[in-house]
Amino acid sequence: MATRSESRAGMRESPLARAALIATGLAFLGLFLLMPLVSVFYEALRTGIGPYIESIREPDALAAIRLTLTVAAISVPANIVFGIVASWAITKFDFPGKSFLITLIDLPFSVSPVVSGLIYVLMFGAHGWFGAWLEEHDVQVIFAVPGIVLATMFITFPFVARELIPLMAEQGRDDEEAAVSLGASGWQTFWHVTLPNIRWGLLYGVLLCNARAMGEFGAVSVVSGHIRGETNTMPLHVEILYNEYNFVASFAVASLLALLALVTLVLKTGLEWRYGYNSSGGGH
Amino acid sequence: MTADAIGAPARPAPGGRQLARRGIIPGFGLTLGLTLFWLCVIVLIPLSTVVFRTLEMGWGEFVAVAFSDRAIAAYRLSFGASFAAAGVNAVFGLLIAWILVRYDFPGKGIVNALVDLPFALPTAVAGIALTALYSGNGWLGSLLEPIGIKVAYTPIGVAVALVFIGLPFVVRSVEPVLSDVGADVEEAAASLGAGRIQTFRLVILPAILPALLTGFALAFARAVGEYGSVIFIAGNMPYVSEIAPLLIVTQLEQYNYAGATAIAVVMLLASFVVLFVINMIQAWSRARMIR
Repeated sequence: MATRSESRAGMRESPLARAALIATGLAFLGLFLLMPLVSVFYEALRTGIGPYIESIREPDALAAIRLTLTVAAISVPANIVFGIVASWAITKFDFPGKSFLITLIDLPFSVSPVVSGLIYVLMFGAHGWFGAWLEEHDVQVIFAVPGIVLATMFITFPFVARELIPLMAEQGRDDEEAAVSLGASGWQTFWHVTLPNIRWGLLYGVLLCNARAMGEFGAVSVVSGHIRGETNTMPLHVEILYNEYNFVASFAVASLLALLALVTLVLKTGLEWRYGYNSSGGGH
Repeated sequence: MTADAIGAPARPAPGGRQLARRGIIPGFGLTLGLTLFWLCVIVLIPLSTVVFRTLEMGWGEFVAVAFSDRAIAAYRLSFGASFAAAGVNAVFGLLIAWILVRYDFPGKGIVNALVDLPFALPTAVAGIALTALYSGNGWLGSLLEPIGIKVAYTPIGVAVALVFIGLPFVVRSVEPVLSDVGADVEEAAASLGAGRIQTFRLVILPAILPALLTGFALAFARAVGEYGSVIFIAGNMPYVSEIAPLLIVTQLEQYNYAGATAIAVVMLLASFVVLFVINMIQAWSRARMIR
């Protein structure tokens, strides 16, 4: 308020105000985001590298890592296929109810992770809709890997589609129409025309989808049953170790997930810098 | 997004170019069919279980479980802490968006990447890290507890975890709008004699208000359902520091499916209301822009 009417002074904050704003912002980020991240590695390594490596090589931890990778290896490709198919239908054709369909695809974002797990228990659990039938045929979904995969697919459902729909809508249909009128089949058109146009956006969506699939806790926790070495994903293993006051081991497994997050952020930033690609909004 | 295409007629017109406007790209039936099928199998049918379970329950029983004293205490904590956290994030998220858009400083690229950490870091990892920081012998807890502020295992701890997970929603909602506010309007305000704070309050803030509210609502919606980052730091005392999602899990562990479902319905309805409010804000913002 001290500066009036000189247009340059009016357009910019005083250097002091500017420094104060930057300092406040950085202090907040340091306190709320950076410190938790640093403390993960600090707690994991506080008794040295030996116990750290030991806790990661322990059989239950290895089983958890394997399960997490398996779940991601099933649910991420499924979401890639769905994301591409849905974006193709939504952006290449006109039909009524399109924006409603997009809202439905986004729906899992607004459902609590715990509720996301609960709905599969209500479907496939012992007292669920298909519970009796599944038991008769000796198929286990809840407290087993299929339930974990389903819950993960629900949670990550919108990730790829959400990145692709705005991107493909912006690119329009001219390229595909040209390819088809020159005699290309639908598959050829997709493979040679559409895919090269959307690959960076697709990669961006896959990156975020994968981070969430590997890190999901609430939904998976409800359907997993927490059987050590069998239905424990990495985040669940972190919880079990933590609740057993085995903090070093818990933070050691957690540090692997934190590394995954860091790699995700680096790749994401790299994509944004190199290809000017940017997420469509804050809806994750 | 689809405004250009909505009015496109389906009738085949004479003359090849018109004909080409619709329907030469193949795969409509296949892709839409697969999309709807997948949507039903993974999302809609599972979600409908909650509705059917609730209908089986009967109104009296539903109210008794969904609005028991313990459940109401959990809603109050979940909604209250989420509101507080979203409020903190609205203020600091705006500040961080501001310095990212307007200023240059060393390490800006890293700061920008760091803002997305809560999207990438698994919630359980955030939960145990925050608990380690704020517990009595943690880096921050050992500073705060001597002056009488207890964070871990209290409702304040819940809010701290929700601040962590909500921050990027506000920053990423505000950022693009903030960088679109034209220098010309600010210059005009300044040349008319407005001070910097006046310009911010009367010119910039109204322009970014819809984005700020959207960010607030997104952060709030995420916080209400959040589970992983909260349960470690919360202490989970019934009536005091037990969040609603945890209450659902507790009911499930006791095989009380009706109880879990009733609370889930309340949470689902709440998130649909927030979703609706976000859509209203965006419609309002669009209408304002056209005018």
